[in-house]
Amino acid sequence: MRNLLSIDDLTRDDIERILSRAHSFAQVSGREIKKVPTLRGRTVINLFYESSTRTSSSFELAAKRLSADLVNIKSAGSSVDKGESLKDTVQTLSAYDPTAIVIRSPHAGAANLVARWTAASVINAGDGKHEHPTQALLDLYTLRSRRRQIEGTKIWIVGDVLHSRVARSNVLAFTRMGAEVTVCGPPTLIPRDFESLGCDVRYSLDGLEEADVVYALRMQMERMTGSYVPSLREYAARFQIDSRRLAPHQLLMHPGPVNRGVELAAEVIDSPQALIVQQVESGVVVRMAVLYELLAAGNAPSPVPAHTEPQPA
Amino acid sequence: MTEKVVLDSEDFSRTLRRIAHEVVEKTGDERIAMVGIHRRGAVIAKRLRELVEELADAPVPLGDLDISFYRDDLTLRSEQPEVHDTHIDFPIDGITVVLVDDVLYTGRTVRAAIDSLFDYGRPQRVQLAVLADRGHRELPFRADYVGKNFPTARSERVNVRIEEIDGTDEVTISEHAEVHT
Repeated sequence: MRNLLSIDDLTRDDIERILSRAHSFAQVSGREIKKVPTLRGRTVINLFYESSTRTSSSFELAAKRLSADLVNIKSAGSSVDKGESLKDTVQTLSAYDPTAIVIRSPHAGAANLVARWTAASVINAGDGKHEHPTQALLDLYTLRSRRRQIEGTKIWIVGDVLHSRVARSNVLAFTRMGAEVTVCGPPTLIPRDFESLGCDVRYSLDGLEEADVVYALRMQMERMTGSYVPSLREYAARFQIDSRRLAPHQLLMHPGPVNRGVELAAEVIDSPQALIVQQVESGVVVRMAVLYELLAAGNAPSPVPAHTEPQPA
Repeated sequence: MTEKVVLDSEDFSRTLRRIAHEVVEKTGDERIAMVGIHRRGAVIAKRLRELVEELADAPVPLGDLDISFYRDDLTLRSEQPEVHDTHIDFPIDGITVVLVDDVLYTGRTVRAAIDSLFDYGRPQRVQLAVLADRGHRELPFRADYVGKNFPTARSERVNVRIEEIDGTDEVTISEHAEVHT
């Protein structure tokens, strides 16, 4: 596999392999020297056209812990400010011969375009409302650390599905691993035909008690151009996950950053049922596993001289 | 493809016992630990450790090591490597670590294992124990403990099978028609 643009690029076996590698990388992250030489001498470019704390910092740490050289480019302060197009930027950066480009963009499909313009492996770190595959993988990894089985787990994804790339990637990833997924939110915030992804759609929290996992989404005020809910207060009254609605047996997840008091009440954010901090922690090891998956094998540049292969032990 | 048994199960356990004796003899009262290289090296290390503990009448910490992240041929491989977990749950600073593997060949695995080991601490001394040495070194390594030397051609393949993984203890040499990449 050369690129990770969508969860659709991954089979269940691919996902299993990435998760198990992430587990091995967690051991590396637990020791005093948190670095392995795997990607020594290779260059990874983080190209972020949108603000991000978790994703960009965890990709940065992941690349560094694999010993890659890293260039961070944020749209603010770069030539993007001067009007350089995505294509020109990518072609310019490709001149540095990077092994991978990690791209975050406000436009759906940006990562697929970048993949056409460069020889580097491209990782989609979020493209508009479309997909965020590494988030879905780290959510699977986090969930797996608390529940042995994802197969058969009932997961409710609640909130602003319309503006959420996380929702799309997570529905694809959760269902691929055999979970039963329900998405829930006000009708104005759920895209048409979303059930074609293989999930149930509900417009109220009735029945939430059947869920094993409640995955709340962020109200993406910055992406809202019109008015989708009468007010945040009204949204909170109907859809906020609080200690009354969250049953003690349920796990709570959220991709962050949280709007406290909107999609989640403060008391559940800090409850032991919340996996939000673990999700952030998982970010580094899962992204190490993704970089490893794309860069470490399967991309042999030239035929292998027979004698360089050590005998498999 | 012809396959010849060069160590049967009796030779196998006799060889391990001899290595254990040598380890005890050579390390004296130093503090030692055994670290096996995945996959079969880890199982052999576990058995050696039991033998050494018995002989020396002292506990010997046991670890195992996966070297996938330290390989030098990652981009040359076409298939996805299988990665195992590393377990070194004891401090290795200042002690003698006996690395254990099944076959010593080019030496590249040993190089990776030593690199990896040093990310866990600073052992006083690192030794190498292997069940079979088949020659064709590409790096300047020599094992401290060798079960048996097998002069081989590169086209041949040394197969180490162990009870815990393969259901039987034996070492065989087979002729491989294709040059394997």
